[in-house]
Amino acid sequence: MTRELLTGNAAAAWGARLAEVDYVPVYPITPQTEVIETLAQWTSSGELKARLVTMDSEHSMLTAAGAAAATGARVFTASSSQGLVYGFEMLYTIAGWRVPLVLLNVSRALSAPITLEPDHNDVLAARDCGFLQIHAESCQEVLDSVLMAYRLAEQRDVQLPIIVNLDGFYLSFTREPVEVPCVDAVREFLPARKPLHGFSASHALAQGVAVLGGTGYSFFKYQMQRAAEAALAVHDAVTGEFCHHFGRCYGAVEGFRLDDADWVIVMSNSFSTVGKEEVIRLRAEGEKVGLLRLRLIRPFPSQEIEWLLGGRRGVAVIDQNISVGKGGILFGEVASALRARTAPPLLSFIGGLGGRRFRGREFDLVMSALHAAENTGGSSEPTLLYSEAEYVQVMDMLRVAHRLPDTHQA
Amino acid sequence: MTFHREVYKSIKDIPRQEYLAGGTGMCAGCGGLLALRLLHKALGPNVVFVNAAGCLTLLAVFPFTPFHSSWLYTAMASAPAGAQGVRDALDILIEKGRLPATDDLKVVVVTGDGAAHGIGLQSTLAAVHRGLDFYYLCYDNEAFANTGFQMSPASPHGSRTGTTPVTAATSVGTATAKQDLFQLWRAQQPAFLATVSPAYPLDLMDKVARAGRARGPKLFIGLAACPPGWGVEPADSAQVAKLAVDTGVWPLKETHDGELVHTIRPRHFRPVEDYLRGQARYRHLFEPVRQEGVLHRLQAEVDRYWAEADLNTQTPNPRLAVHH
Repeated sequence: MTRELLTGNAAAAWGARLAEVDYVPVYPITPQTEVIETLAQWTSSGELKARLVTMDSEHSMLTAAGAAAATGARVFTASSSQGLVYGFEMLYTIAGWRVPLVLLNVSRALSAPITLEPDHNDVLAARDCGFLQIHAESCQEVLDSVLMAYRLAEQRDVQLPIIVNLDGFYLSFTREPVEVPCVDAVREFLPARKPLHGFSASHALAQGVAVLGGTGYSFFKYQMQRAAEAALAVHDAVTGEFCHHFGRCYGAVEGFRLDDADWVIVMSNSFSTVGKEEVIRLRAEGEKVGLLRLRLIRPFPSQEIEWLLGGRRGVAVIDQNISVGKGGILFGEVASALRARTAPPLLSFIGGLGGRRFRGREFDLVMSALHAAENTGGSSEPTLLYSEAEYVQVMDMLRVAHRLPDTHQA
Repeated sequence: MTFHREVYKSIKDIPRQEYLAGGTGMCAGCGGLLALRLLHKALGPNVVFVNAAGCLTLLAVFPFTPFHSSWLYTAMASAPAGAQGVRDALDILIEKGRLPATDDLKVVVVTGDGAAHGIGLQSTLAAVHRGLDFYYLCYDNEAFANTGFQMSPASPHGSRTGTTPVTAATSVGTATAKQDLFQLWRAQQPAFLATVSPAYPLDLMDKVARAGRARGPKLFIGLAACPPGWGVEPADSAQVAKLAVDTGVWPLKETHDGELVHTIRPRHFRPVEDYLRGQARYRHLFEPVRQEGVLHRLQAEVDRYWAEADLNTQTPNPRLAVHH
């Protein structure tokens, strides 16, 4: 084991290297490229005994990844944003093939407008396809999650592909101290893949065949649902084993200062770190508030969430995504997990779109809304976080775009 | 120049062994199925087909498969990428000792012209560019036949399809010319490239067998008569396919090491009309009035093709020939 300063991208590449993957089909996209460049370096030097192939698109990349996994190889691939949605058709296809592989997504907001910094509309668009999803907060968690993801995906009762998500820029390009386990220890935790089936001369296999009519189709989709449900218990077992091997313990969700909290803020990914800092500040100011970080997005740990949030005085979900015409995606997911008898007032906030940072005092706004909602019951309408200063800034840009004179001069 | 086959010289050389069971859901007289059957005979049993969305996707419908070999349906655009994944995985697993070398398979893409000419062209060219060691059969029925026969880039000028209907304002049907997929592929110098026809089984199988000696992309375009789409009787499918060759409409050729060879050159070309007349998709060219302009263009295109082909095969330096 060594301790190194690694970016989130490098940590992900280390995860793939330590998992001793066989095959890495790639296609570059910002902010994912460091992952594939690092892996290309290692496959070229022989430090990683895998074949890396540059494909012609993410659609082809995912097809090659799924086909190789269907043949029996351990496969790692990575994308982001436009790339993920460009290959979208294949996400459903690969999941339907029931082949385990790890797809790293480095979150980046979707066009248009075209942009570079993160939000989670890309990865959450893939929430219904049958890929499992783990969302990481730190660089260490990225590496650890890649290793745990293989164990989870390859488990006999699961056999589903999995996305490990990290935020572009905030995590992909941020160096943090990361413990890199030694390969022998990883081999004990994660032995070589033993595929249940594959293509070979001695075992012919028809894979991805058509079904006609709803009876067959429903059966296979229900099987995927059952496998994903089973993955919830498998996830607990895998994280438990990981904790035992490496001393770092993860749950389907992470509670922060939650035990005696009256109020809970729900967040995910790297901005949870900001939320935790705010919780510490608000605690010092007398607010009994905690944070619930959603980590396992698929399967969605509804029961645990219900258990952790039920009976609180108020809960605010801060979504770093927007389902246009509805609001926060995770707000809806959390709401569906709660039961009427114990459900606290639940509020929805949208923040962090396109990498927008939280402004000072925005968590104060969240807190005062929570206090108010205790009497009113709250509303499912999303609050769109935006500051006066940002508004002024954009108005200035609009004046430039329209070639209008500066208001100060007019 | 006469071409001599090397592996399949007489009809008796074709193995009786069938790798493709009968009773599939294909239309009666499907030319694509016939080409696939012959291809499989030439390849032998150890094959994994990687399929793009099209007519032949319906060969394997749960819980049945007509293949003794393996099958992977991918999507419409990316069968060659699927072939890349399977080929690479087989190589790696054999290399690492996790799969015995005797378990190796030939990886074969099976796709229609609709996918090959458009949505799947990018992934095909990319696989050829990477030098992927695979076979590729485009069964060319000259339309999106599985969806009911709509125009594809492979639809010939003057043919009627569901999206190029014949009306008073559009009397020609398909106005565009057939896209030359052979030349598009040839620009990348694949290890082996050929056109085939199920009406010439020895030519087809000999090409597949000789292609197998080369590593890299081995690409085949097979003209596939489509009885419901072309408007011919299923029983006439092979006859129509033969007419396409005998009229010069479908040249049988191959290229490897940069050299283009016509493997079958009809001694006397029959008029193109003989091929067109029997197909309902061309009926509007003959009745209620003959469309002389279109018929002339189609014949002239064939004549020009063979004039150039003969010129190039007879003279070692075609540029000199231009000055004669």
